[in-house]
Order: sequence, then C-alpha cells, then structure tokens
Amino acid sequence: MSNEKVSAAIYKAIDAFNEQSGKNHQLKKSPTTILFGKGGQLDSLALVSFIVEVEEKITDDLGVSIALADERALSQKNSPFLTLQTLTQYVSLLIDEHERRPQQQASSIGERQQ
Amino acid sequence: MSGSSKGIGRYLVEYYLAKGYLVVGCSRSDSSLQHENYRHFPVNVSHEIQVKEMFVQIYRDYGRLDVLLNNAGIASMNHILLTPVETARSILETNFIGTFLLCREAAKLMRKRKFGRIVNLASVAVPLKLEGEAVYAASKAAILSFTQIAAKELASFGITVNAVGPTPIHTDLIKAIPEEKIERLISLQTIPRVGKLEDVSNVIDFFIQPESNFITGQVIYLGGV
Repeated sequence: MSNEKVSAAIYKAIDAFNEQSGKNHQLKKSPTTILFGKGGQLDSLALVSFIVEVEEKITDDLGVSIALADERALSQKNSPFLTLQTLTQYVSLLIDEHERRPQQQASSIGERQQ
Repeated sequence: MSGSSKGIGRYLVEYYLAKGYLVVGCSRSDSSLQHENYRHFPVNVSHEIQVKEMFVQIYRDYGRLDVLLNNAGIASMNHILLTPVETARSILETNFIGTFLLCREAAKLMRKRKFGRIVNLASVAVPLKLEGEAVYAASKAAILSFTQIAAKELASFGITVNAVGPTPIHTDLIKAIPEEKIERLISLQTIPRVGKLEDVSNVIDFFIQPESNFITGQVIYLGGV
C-alpha cells in the first residue's frame, strides 16, 4: 500500500477529527505535526478519538480493518503516534502485514458459529 | 439488542418495537420475528470480525445508534470440579467478550453524535454468590467492573453505561435448573418472587430515557438483592 493512499485516508480522518474538536485542538495536515508526547497536540482522550477516526477511514477508503493501538504499538521504543509521518509509516506497515496474511476465515456476518 | 431471538431479548425487541423504536437485533441463529422496524443479524457476539461488520452495516444503513442493550448470555450450572474448561471459555466468550466487543463498536458510532445509552445485563448470581454458578457469576462480575470503568471512559462522549441485574425469570436460561433451587434462590431476595420480563424493561426504560443523562456506572438489581 502506498504511503500516499494512507496519507490521504489519514488526512480525511484529520478533517473528521477537527470537525468535532474545539478551535484550540485543530490538527494540521503536515507530516511533521506532533500528535502525542512532548510538544504533542493531543491529550490521551483526544488521541483515542483520533485513532478511532483513522481506523474508520482506513477501513472505509482502503478496505482494510486494522487495530492501531495494539500491544505492539504501545510497546514500541519509538511511538507510532509521535507524528503524522510515524503514524503513516506504521499504518502502511500494518496494511502490508494484513495483505500478506492468509484470508481470515468466517468473516461473513451471515456465517453461523458453533 | 444482542441475544434477541429468545428469552429476555426477544421480549425486549417486541417491547421496544411496540414503543415505536427501530430495532436491530443479533443472535447466533436467525430470528422468526418479522416486523417492518426490525432488522436481524445472525452474529456470534464473541467474533470480532462479525461484530465489526454488523456495526459497519448499521452505520451505513441507519447512520446512528442511540441505545445498545447487551443481553446475549449463556449459563451452565455445574460444580467447578465438574466444569469443562471449554464450557468456562464459552461462557466468558459470550457473556464478557461479547459485551466488550459490542460496547466498543457501539461507542464508536455513538460518539459521533455525542449521545449513547448502553445497558448491560448483569445477574443477581454475583451479589448472591450462588453455588453452582461460579463461572457464570464470574462472567457477570466481569461485566459489572467493565460497566463501571466503561462509564468513566465513555462519559466525555456523552455515553452512559449502566447495568441491570435480573432475578430468575422463566426463560430458556434457567429451564434446566431444578424448581427447588429456584425457590431457594428466590427466598434470598428482599421481595421473594420470580422476576417478570416487565421488571427488566422498567429498569432499562429508566436508564435510556433522555433525563437519565446524569446516571452512569450504576447497577440496579431486581428483587431488592
């Protein structure tokens, strides 16, 4: 998956996030925008909202369901949530891994279990 | 509404349809209920992909979700020394993981409109510490802790999370339990009678009404337990 497509989806997530946020919490669409941590624009609750928006836009636009805040993301030495650039790279990595994985079974909601 | 095809769930679906709600239900099996305002999804509530796909459909077709009633639950009365691990896993998966997954996905939709009401089904088996119900009660205790913490985490999104703990009600869930055990259990209640389905909808009505926007993280047990 190209970084451009991922960036476009993340920028859409920023639009949705900014719509719901106050004037003082608007995110800029720039790779260098610091999201979370020292100098970051998001507090922990805002980060949760932003991650949910990004996951939704990735699913809607790129057809891939990913979980951004998994244990691996939270345990990384360099947080993927530091800047928009690190986030874009991490999302691209997750999508590549997802596409290399064998098809998940029983994904249809119509399929019965047990 | 999870667990909507029978028991308390089926009753609640019909109750809220009669009140004019548009109701989406899910259960492992198909539903025999036919109503212009009812939509059914055959879903295993502990299956993440199925649950996510259901909520994607809800958002695409309706654009919003106001209320989630987490009713799906299974029980298996047994002494812990005789309980197979697969039975324990199955109870925890359906009762707790199912509640968690539906809360998570529902809250993602509800936060868009900064409004939501989530009501989880607890049980008097927790405060009464019923012998023979160790795993079932543990799954419901997990739901209680989850309800109280979810209430805090979701409050800023305008979402309330509460629980109702029914006493025994004559549904499939307790049909295998001997009558004398039900009688003994009922004698432990402050008001010693079998619960009615209306007792459950009465508490849910209270939790989901617009005026209850200051009520969250609470559990109401029926029968004065």
